[in-house]
Amino acid sequence: MPNDLPLKERMQIARHVMPAQDAQVRITNFDEVNLGFTPELAREEAMRCLQCKDAPCSQGCPVHVHIPDFINQIVEGDMLKAADVLLQDNLLPAICGRVCPQEKFCESRCVLGKKGLPVAIGSLERYTADATANQRAARPVGDLPPATGRKVALIGSGPASLACAGDLIRMGHAVTVFEALHAFGGVLVYGIPEFRLPKRIVEYEVNVLRRLGVRFEKNVVIGMTLTLNELMADQGYDAVFIGAGAGLPHFLGVPGEELIGIYSSNELLTRVNLMKAYQSGAVTPIFSYQDKTVAVFGAGNTALDSARTALRLGAKKVHIIYRRSEEEMPARHEEVLHAKEEGVEFTFLAAPLEFIDNGQGWLKGVRLQRMQLGEPDQSGRRSPVPIEGSEFTMELDLAVIAIGNSSNPLLRDTPGLQFTRRGTLEVGENSLQTTKKGVFAGGDIVTGGATVISAMGAGRQAAQEINRYLLELNQPAG
Amino acid sequence: MFEIKTKTKIAPDIFRFEIYAPLIAKKFQAGQFIVLRPLESSERVPLTIMKANREAGTITLIVKAIGLSTRQLAELKEGDAVADLLGPLGKPSEIGKFGTVVVVGGGVGTAVAFAVAQTLKEAGNRIIIISGARDQSFVILEDDLREISDELIMATDDGSYGVKGFVTELLKDLYRKGEQIDRVIAAGPLPMMKLIADITREHGTPTIVSLNPIMVDGIGMCGGCRALVNGKIVFVCVDGPEFDAHQVDFDSLMRRNNAYRDIEQEKEHACKLDAQIEEMKRA
Ligand SMILES: Cc1cc2nc3c(=O)[nH]c(=O)nc-3n(C[C@H](O)[C@H](O)[C@H](O)COP(=O)(O)OP(=O)(O)OC[C@H]3O[C@@H](n4cnc5c(N)ncnc54)[C@H](O)[C@@H]3O)c2cc1C
Ligand SMILES: Cc1cc2nc3c(=O)[nH]c(=O)nc-3n(C[C@H](O)[C@H](O)[C@H](O)COP(=O)(O)OP(=O)(O)OC[C@H]3O[C@@H](n4cnc5c(N)ncnc54)[C@H](O)[C@@H]3O)c2cc1C
Ligand code: SF4
Ligand code: FES
Repeated sequence: MPNDLPLKERMQIARHVMPAQDAQVRITNFDEVNLGFTPELAREEAMRCLQCKDAPCSQGCPVHVHIPDFINQIVEGDMLKAADVLLQDNLLPAICGRVCPQEKFCESRCVLGKKGLPVAIGSLERYTADATANQRAARPVGDLPPATGRKVALIGSGPASLACAGDLIRMGHAVTVFEALHAFGGVLVYGIPEFRLPKRIVEYEVNVLRRLGVRFEKNVVIGMTLTLNELMADQGYDAVFIGAGAGLPHFLGVPGEELIGIYSSNELLTRVNLMKAYQSGAVTPIFSYQDKTVAVFGAGNTALDSARTALRLGAKKVHIIYRRSEEEMPARHEEVLHAKEEGVEFTFLAAPLEFIDNGQGWLKGVRLQRMQLGEPDQSGRRSPVPIEGSEFTMELDLAVIAIGNSSNPLLRDTPGLQFTRRGTLEVGENSLQTTKKGVFAGGDIVTGGATVISAMGAGRQAAQEINRYLLELNQPAG
Repeated sequence: MFEIKTKTKIAPDIFRFEIYAPLIAKKFQAGQFIVLRPLESSERVPLTIMKANREAGTITLIVKAIGLSTRQLAELKEGDAVADLLGPLGKPSEIGKFGTVVVVGGGVGTAVAFAVAQTLKEAGNRIIIISGARDQSFVILEDDLREISDELIMATDDGSYGVKGFVTELLKDLYRKGEQIDRVIAAGPLPMMKLIADITREHGTPTIVSLNPIMVDGIGMCGGCRALVNGKIVFVCVDGPEFDAHQVDFDSLMRRNNAYRDIEQEKEHACKLDAQIEEMKRA
């Protein structure tokens, strides 16, 4: 059915909030928080879209999804078509619908947002992907172009590589993904918790790629098990894409950080997600959180995921401690709301000075100092400045450090590759080619910790560049 | 398929495995380790590679079954495959011509230090090995050690085999006898390595220890394996596992390695209970 509501009336429909598990219930389980739109809610929300000709929302999307078009198909009731519009630009809609910071991207540009609330584009994307998952899985793969005879190796299996693999295989190249861990998906499986992104969704996407003919090899660390040179010289790969991510956790560097009870968010999340400590009967040990007071340092998605994981493990009180103010919090907006509903407490403008020993080497508390915001730094963010004499103490049982990651160190010694001082890989801005011929890179390994969609976008751009590079290889030199 | 080619019990709860892993066998350098998961449901267990057979494509591991995952490994049979095997990981040992090198191994630490000792021997060093075990039944690898050493001191705590005494005392004896020691390599329980470091510090002997913290991923992503070396945080899995013994903060590492002890014991206990219940059901 077409949308024949006049624009005025469309603007009067209030934004629909996706149904979610009750906050008090969901902190007792690891099931997904959001329950998804019903068909009725989805259609009503889709009716709000004004179908702007210039589609500012699309401009705000890093991969320029044709947003008004897919929303229109929802209104029309052709979900498969809606999904296909999404899939043209975004290979992982079920994932992006869940984890993209829409308030910074598409939804920030929505015309409705100027006066009221923007269309819930993320929720509609999630709905479209979920509602068509079974149908899409049952569709025949379709014809791939004839094999080009070229082989490409992808290092890492995060969103950058998954997106790159999806495009390269559809261009007729043979694609192998090498992953160091025992599961595929990068941060999507070891970092982002089940309650935000169920692992079956990542598995689904990996299986789509498998069906297309992408080979997945786990337990291979490039740089150790096989080197880049061996891949290219001995194993006959014509090109390589590095999507190795930024996984090396930073620590605060304050006294007492070696006390027991303090660990990185990556360790907590890896134990809980990758090693499945959230399931009863899993063998990976986890500190007991039951009735404990926990502080998480940092305010990005990783910090919020850690805080909410701690709650679900039984913590009595969970504090987020951040040295800037609420406005600077880099986390997704929805996660902040959800965390507040769940009872996570936020202490802004405070930074740790030192962790306190209980006398037996275990954490007992932290000494904090109040901060105020000073002048904006180069990145435009106002940097925190300590307030003298404002020290105070907080009693703690456990602390999680979630202040960011730098790039994975295993490839740093690779001859021919150049890294920046921050440890990210040097690539040509448009070519995404590294300093080594035939080796391309994208995602967090190039940008430092960023977003799923930007990693995916980089993977797709790299696929184009790799394709061009491979075609040029076919031309006689001269 | 990482198939177990051979499995031998060499002491109570200590097993020698040869596992098919051709890429790792080809790349292995002394001092490196692997991470394996015996079963799909197991933890990731770091284990040192004792040696590799490039032609056969196998690596040799010596494993002491001390907890759930190492026991799961010990229960696998020849012909079975481990679910996951990743490596080689860590930085290779520093090899050079140092002169006389004393290699001290306590328990399975003897296996951990084996490859380093062998490679240092091949590099022209004079190798004295002190290998300590609780009692005769725990003595391991004697033949292998004899082959790669110029002098081998097999010791047991109770004197039931070889020389009586702790490896630390035997090292002191060597100094007392006036042995010119140019380098010491130690692997074993942390308290042992700490004592060794204290002894060699007095003598000013450069000393390398192979650290064995609790690990999760083994590729630098969790920071669980961190240690303080020279006051700085290092990640043992990617920056080590070998470090200058005189710079390592052993106390914080020992606390960290014990941090999960109670929880692990509870888990094992629960698992044993489950197994008993299963058995009762079957009976
Ligand atoms: C806890 C957490 C929550 C997040 N939440 C969000 C969110 O809500 N929304 C959002 O947009 N972004 C979020 N992010 C950021 C986002 O996940 C990343 O930006 C994105 O995953 C980067 O993708 P990538 O493909 O570059 O790398 P990754 O996802 O990091 O994947 C890299 C993979 O490469 C493997 N690898 C590394 N080195 C090697 C090697 N030498 N050989 C073989 N394999 C190797 C790694 O094991 C890993 O699996 C979050 C990040 C974290 C940690
Ligand atoms: C680089 C490295 C190389 C290693 N090489 C070998 C080897 O060649 N052979 C071998 O038998 N073992 C080796 N280890 C130790 C081995 O990894 C652990 O014994 C194993 O992970 C225990 O797993 P589990 O599940 O069986 O025991 P768990 O149930 O995890 O632990 C049982 C008990 O041991 C403690 N524990 C766990 N891990 C360690 C550890 N690393 N050090 C001290 N205590 C620990 C736990 O706190 C618990 O009390 C190595 C460790 C490292 C980091
Ligand atoms: S900006 Fe908002 S209203 Fe306009 S097309 Fe995009 S989603 Fe629809
Ligand atoms: S084991 Fe995770 S960083 Fe070393």
